[in-house]
Amino acid sequence: MSVVRTSFVRHEGVAAPLLRDNIDTDQIIPSREMKKVDSSGLGEGLFAGWRYRSPQDRAPNPDFILNKPVYDGATILLSGANFGCGSSREHAVWALREYGFRCVIAVSFGSIFQGNCARNGILPIALKREEIEEIARHVEADPAAHHVNIDLKNERVELTGQSADYSFSVDPYDKRLLLHGADPIDLTLQNKPVIDSYLSEDRQNRPWIYV
Amino acid sequence: MRCFGCLCCYNNITNWNEYQFLAEESVALRTLFDKLWDGHEVRDDGDGASLVAIDRVFLHERTGGVALKSLLASNRAPVDPSRVYSVMDHIVSFAPDRARDDARSPGGEVFITQTREMATKAGVNIIDTDDPRQGIIHVVAPELGLVLPGMSIVCPDSHTCSLGALGALAVGVGTGDVEHAMATGVLRLKKPAQMRIVVEGELKPGVTAKDVALHIIAKFGADGGRLRAIEFAGSTIRNFDIEARLTLCNMAVEFAAFTALIAPDEKTLAYVRSRPNETFAEYWDKCLTDWARLHSDEGAVFEEEIAIDAADIEVMATWGTSPEQAAPVSWRIPVRDELHGAQTAKANAAFSYMGVVDGEDFDTLRINGAFIGSCTNGRLSDLRLAAAVLKGRKVADHVHAVCVPGSKAVKAAAEAEGLDKIFTEAGFVWGSPGCAMCFYAGGETFAPGARIISSTNRNFEGRQGPSVRTHLASPSTVAASAIAGRIVAADPAILKVVNS
Ligand code: SF4
Repeated sequence: MSVVRTSFVRHEGVAAPLLRDNIDTDQIIPSREMKKVDSSGLGEGLFAGWRYRSPQDRAPNPDFILNKPVYDGATILLSGANFGCGSSREHAVWALREYGFRCVIAVSFGSIFQGNCARNGILPIALKREEIEEIARHVEADPAAHHVNIDLKNERVELTGQSADYSFSVDPYDKRLLLHGADPIDLTLQNKPVIDSYLSEDRQNRPWIYV
Repeated sequence: MRCFGCLCCYNNITNWNEYQFLAEESVALRTLFDKLWDGHEVRDDGDGASLVAIDRVFLHERTGGVALKSLLASNRAPVDPSRVYSVMDHIVSFAPDRARDDARSPGGEVFITQTREMATKAGVNIIDTDDPRQGIIHVVAPELGLVLPGMSIVCPDSHTCSLGALGALAVGVGTGDVEHAMATGVLRLKKPAQMRIVVEGELKPGVTAKDVALHIIAKFGADGGRLRAIEFAGSTIRNFDIEARLTLCNMAVEFAAFTALIAPDEKTLAYVRSRPNETFAEYWDKCLTDWARLHSDEGAVFEEEIAIDAADIEVMATWGTSPEQAAPVSWRIPVRDELHGAQTAKANAAFSYMGVVDGEDFDTLRINGAFIGSCTNGRLSDLRLAAAVLKGRKVADHVHAVCVPGSKAVKAAAEAEGLDKIFTEAGFVWGSPGCAMCFYAGGETFAPGARIISSTNRNFEGRQGPSVRTHLASPSTVAASAIAGRIVAADPAILKVVNS
């Protein structure tokens, strides 16, 4: 992808609580915001239906969490169950990434959305609802100072100024992609000899496929 | 004879070779899906995922253009561009007199022109707007013989599962995944669990593949497929022609299937053989040998099996905003007491969006629009069925009715039979092929709040336009409802004639 990949080992940042369930990909990036044949230029359309008073004039809706100055530069999103459900559009992940998010902590995820995250540099973390609510309470007390720290290597979430921490688990392949900022296409191409030998054998067995 | 303690005697086997044969068989019993998976598995990554060889990549202008652009931007090229096909279907205008770059959504031309540009640069096959082969990818691909039994196919579109109807492993994937498949020839996939749905017996008159799909989804829930690879089997499925099988498999994603499959049989072979794609003709005998193994072995194990009696299936329509919210058209919308738990909350939201009252009869629901088309029901047999109902009749005055054939080939074949006349004389718009009113992309659609009967596959909120209320049904039900101006099933007597 044309996404710039950076490795994700530890990350500390401002977390924005958007604690609703079933935020679907159309809410993350409405269909009308997908104007270009490109994976970039989507950050502006992120949560457009909530972020702007109207889609045309783009006046910020002051009540929406990401428009509150204390959440400026948020890089971690806290959410509820089934985040990223709905249409399979990868644009939802691209929009989050371009806006600046590196991590979404939610109760659960839409499966296709979750699968799209790591290769685009976003870490999806599933925690229990109570844990997310606890993190949100801590953050809300002073969002700019109460950062959330993510230690991907050890699979732990820590809170600035708090002793409590939370452990999570991540798909080992996704972990590898994130830790090394790796491109999945490059990883697959490490197996090029195996792929090539499959293809040359298959050409013999099923020549009608290769026409 | 020496005893091996193998219980051969219990099985009446006195020959060791035969025993070995049986033992080997019993560990090697494979489902159709297993066989397709094994045949394409290039490498087991050892973590539940494998690199799976991809035989064909299909793209469309809405999501495929981005994949090509990103691929080229990373200075990569498709491993084998001749095995990649890019069509225009989602954003193209469906106006009867559309020009080459006309889009149906404001600003949508860029998807058509850029996809064309990227596809040209990448050197992949293009089925452009003005190509006589153009149409919806899931209609065009089987029609042109681009899908063969035993193939593996990916397309950045969730209804790719339709193509499993020919015994191919067809998976709808993300944009990044098709880019991956083009760049490497393989995709990293986790092998899903498997389910078999066996439908046995004769369907009631007037009941179609669409009704079978809605019956299954209503009965087991929109998440009933639980991301499993689903094989449809049984005498009812064997009796379906290929187009009906495509319709059934198309709806599998609405049942949360990983994908759908039907084992190839004589009908599949005859269908494939009659396609315009002659490239495999010289290998026909080899193909037959290879495809002969494409069935689930007797006794192969599925994680889940569902048995359905065809006689229980009625002509269906949806009343809510999920395909599981469906009921027989001759019945009524459920009353609140019949719903339980999570169903109730979902139903309450659906009742209010759809403007329906619980317990209401379908035939009291006045419709404002009717749509026939899409990758679910936009093929020749669908149009024939609808035309049989429409012949010599007129749609109700308050109904805006639109028919958009799934491909130019379908359109031409329908016109050769005079079906276009039947549609237009009945008051239908006869559009140019594409996805058309199946999903809202901005631009022309039904009015907010309009109630539509539609032969498509999704009835989510806003799917056909802001506040538009979609009722899914078969093409014959859509046609009959368009005439009545209310939701009704077609007279089965009329349909019998078409089917014979
Ligand atoms: S017809 Fe509808 S469901 Fe089918 S591919 Fe087009 S938009 Fe998707």
